[in-house]
Amino acid sequence: MTGGPTEDLLRAQAPQVLGALVRRYGHFDACEDAVQEALLAAAVQWPEQGVPENPRGWLITVASRRLTDQLRSEESRRRREEAAAAAEPRVPAHVSQQDDTLMLLFLCCHPALTPPSQIALTLRAVGGLTTAQIASAFLVPETTMAQRISRAKQRIKAAGGGFDVGVERIGAVLHVLYLIFNEGYTATSGADLRRGELTGEAIRLAREVLRLLPDDGEVVGLLALMLLTDARSRARTGPDGGLVPLAEQDRSRWDRRSIQEGVALITAALARAPLGPYQLQAAIAALHAEAERAEDTDWRQIAELYRLLDAFAPGPMVTLNRAVAVGMADGPKAGLDLLATLDGDERLASHHRLDAVRAHLLEMAGDSAAAREAYLTAARRTTSTPERRYLESRAARM
Amino acid sequence: MKYMLLIYQNTQAWEALPDEERTKIMNEAGDLMQELQESGEWVGGEGLAHVSAAKTVKLRGGVPAVTDGPFIEAKEHLAGYLTVDCETEQRAIDIAARWPDARHWAMEVRAVMGGGGEEM
Repeated sequence: MTGGPTEDLLRAQAPQVLGALVRRYGHFDACEDAVQEALLAAAVQWPEQGVPENPRGWLITVASRRLTDQLRSEESRRRREEAAAAAEPRVPAHVSQQDDTLMLLFLCCHPALTPPSQIALTLRAVGGLTTAQIASAFLVPETTMAQRISRAKQRIKAAGGGFDVGVERIGAVLHVLYLIFNEGYTATSGADLRRGELTGEAIRLAREVLRLLPDDGEVVGLLALMLLTDARSRARTGPDGGLVPLAEQDRSRWDRRSIQEGVALITAALARAPLGPYQLQAAIAALHAEAERAEDTDWRQIAELYRLLDAFAPGPMVTLNRAVAVGMADGPKAGLDLLATLDGDERLASHHRLDAVRAHLLEMAGDSAAAREAYLTAARRTTSTPERRYLESRAARM
Repeated sequence: MKYMLLIYQNTQAWEALPDEERTKIMNEAGDLMQELQESGEWVGGEGLAHVSAAKTVKLRGGVPAVTDGPFIEAKEHLAGYLTVDCETEQRAIDIAARWPDARHWAMEVRAVMGGGGEEM
């Protein structure tokens, strides 16, 4: 996290304050604006005047005042405009002591929203990030991000997004957290802000969700997967910013603490919870993390886990990764055979990863000419500058 | 995913258009721009000055050689661009098809390279 103590405190309070307001007043969209204003006010005042004794109470009071001002002025405008204003008065429930973070997450990951909107809204309403921070993390102008957030809120309002949604939306929440994590993890440039902010935020929110749903194996799986993946972040780029493949990474630079925590989490989850895709991916990541050298990797078990994953959550990307593992365990021919089952799969047509995997397997098989061609095809297809550099230099080695 | 939509124009044909059509093109482009800003897909864009004012710069043997006019001699020239951040390539193509210059000349849709990458 980049923030100072005030920012961390505010970020932790954001969902609590917003939850309290939504419970009391309804109007998620207006409450969200009011909380954002209260957070900004606190960010200015607290460092100068000191943190109030009851920070959450302070924020709720300030945000409520903004909200009622806003609702009142809208109300009077409506009165003027329509004469017969009948905004339904919400009965203020008792001030809730319950933790509304989950409910807010469910709301932000509303199925009526596109993934980019879900991400933006989650980071703001639950993560307490400012629009400017989110915009800079996603490399778009602040006005664009502001518009995305405000449209998302309108959509939720239009869809009649109430506060009482079921826990079945947890899948969407985990997906959004994983997208946020990956956006940060895969960043290689421009990047400390993006990387630290987004991966850190995704992990922090996953911990929150786990605190609220301690028995959900998939929540544990996702947190473990993030920790085990994030542990490699220092080793995945070279001094020149180029990507370093897993097999060539300096494993002494992996973060042991994250690995220990991730392995412990996933080991415990596998022992007691029903199996799921995040747990399987975390188990695979744990096998990589536990190999002291690349050649010690237990590819046979990884291939088996990918086979299970393919059964749980079938998809071409899973098959692709499975082909790598099978290639490592049973030789490149077996991997290439599995890869051939993806030929003609429209979901992967012109996707660079298919060519990149084929290139690696062809290289292993000693077919340099075909490997070179496949590397070059992959290089032409990727839209990532570091990936293109990596694939082109790989091709040049053939 | 970010896409850059390159706006190609034939400047002679542009100048030969009736005034109303030129105004219409400008208005349509302005409306679409506004729509993209509201949808949260707009990243940026600029119009370019007339191609006759272009300078082409080459460095040969350490010496810059500057010539008047565009690098590639063609009837159509780059007249501007817009960058959008949208969910699919198809969406970018749909936006390009609605940009008024597509009616007369052409739009080119190019994915923008990003700095992120997966280690393999």
